Amino acid sequence: MGPLVFLILLVVVAAWLIGAYNGLVALKNQTLNAFKQIDVQLKRRHDLIPNLVNAVRGAMDFEKSTLEAVIQARNQAVKVNATGPEGIKQISQAENALSSALQRLMVVVEQYPQLRATGNIGQLQEELTSTENKVAFARQLYNDTATQYNTKQQQFPTSLVAGLAKAQPADLWEIEDQGEKAVPQVDLSLKPKT
Amino acid sequence: MTDEASLNLFQQQEANRRRTVVLVVGFVAFFAWLGFGGDFIYYLFTRDAPRSVYHHTFPWFGIGLSLVAAAIAWYAYRTGPEKVLWSTGARELVEPGTDKERQLVNVVEEMAIGAGVPRPRIWIVDDSDPNAFATGTDPLHSHIAVTQGVLDLCTRDELQGVVAHELGHVKNLDVRLMTMLAALVGAVALMHDGTSRVLRPGGGSSEERKPSPLLLILLVVWIISWILAPIIAQLLALGVSRKREYLADAMSAQFTRNPLALASALQKIEGAEAPTTHIKRGAAHLCIADPLGRRLTSHEGLFADALATHPPMAKRIAILRGMGYAQLKQESR
Repeated sequence: MGPLVFLILLVVVAAWLIGAYNGLVALKNQTLNAFKQIDVQLKRRHDLIPNLVNAVRGAMDFEKSTLEAVIQARNQAVKVNATGPEGIKQISQAENALSSALQRLMVVVEQYPQLRATGNIGQLQEELTSTENKVAFARQLYNDTATQYNTKQQQFPTSLVAGLAKAQPADLWEIEDQGEKAVPQVDLSLKPKT
Repeated sequence: MTDEASLNLFQQQEANRRRTVVLVVGFVAFFAWLGFGGDFIYYLFTRDAPRSVYHHTFPWFGIGLSLVAAAIAWYAYRTGPEKVLWSTGARELVEPGTDKERQLVNVVEEMAIGAGVPRPRIWIVDDSDPNAFATGTDPLHSHIAVTQGVLDLCTRDELQGVVAHELGHVKNLDVRLMTMLAALVGAVALMHDGTSRVLRPGGGSSEERKPSPLLLILLVVWIISWILAPIIAQLLALGVSRKREYLADAMSAQFTRNPLALASALQKIEGAEAPTTHIKRGAAHLCIADPLGRRLTSHEGLFADALATHPPMAKRIAILRGMGYAQLKQESR
């Protein structure tokens, strides 16, 4: 009777070990895959920006500095050649700067209705919105998956297998740019504008 | 609702795979019962007949019907999504012509990224009533269809919410179960219409013989199951879809992080009074909102629980609003 119980116990423990190990490996690969998805979308964004700038350049000689900021941020972001989740800090810094530059450009385009009426600016705007959303959703998926992965490897009893599966906490994509973090100020005091 | 919603994604997928298998096995078993039951009755009927008359000894009907049912199920699995799309007259959106179509393609691509599934094929149903549905057998072979009404009425954010709801169905494999159900319900209805014409009394034998009580009981049960088949199939379709809507709403909120957009989209869909004429009864349980515009869906209760394909819209909107305000509260902290 004794050896049988021991054997059953051994089988149960082994089954759990295999399950936990495979679960961690699967999550790790999902995290890597989610990161690749961000990369794909960032590449798309970098390719789109020159088109966008060319399209609005003629129509908005007056907002040179905004455009230049976008171009500069884009070139900066392209230059970063870190790959994989390890370089996420570097990538996210450059990309967040590009995001805020693009947002300023969008606000400017919004302010000039005649700009939206001319040519294909409307289409480009839709394209830009979509690209920004894609980057944001890819980021969200990555963060969700990475959080799941991190939680799994830290939780008991899976944490016992974490070393065996070479699980390392994955860095999340943080929004570090102050401009993006800041809460918009709303003035409701009804003071006449001067 | 809670028992369903508390499962994680993997468990939901597993449950849907299992239910699809149960559905198919049940379907084949039902036809086997009809076939072999018929054989047995025929056997009892001819057992005491004189030697010169035909004796039914080999279960031809049972084997035949079982094979037919298996073939139908296989065919339904292979072509179910196409059949569902065909029945609604949807056209595939390949080259977006208008700005709105361009936007739809973009939104679907965005939400596919957010949901972490491959981009489904996109279809448009030329119907001015807003509605949407998803079909397919797995995330790699999935389709999303929206009506022209959705494109006309919804803002970009609302469209996102609707598309994310459908992608929720795709991701947790609801589409497989619901598409199979639609195809099999359709098959049962079709077969029933065909066979009840044959079974209708009129050309019966005029032989004066006393059948045994066992034979009579069997005959009655057998005939009743023929009559009940489409009703059972329909009830199955109803019960299976209601809880899923809450779940897909929650998944939409998870993908977009914007439950209020879906709430306002649902309100617009509810507000549009006209029924979605292009979507027939057979595909009703696939849709985001009841395309038949039945009043049953406006309240909950025993009767509605048994007969409605969709949960009450007001309750869905209230739940989504609750999520939205909880989110706002968290952000302002």
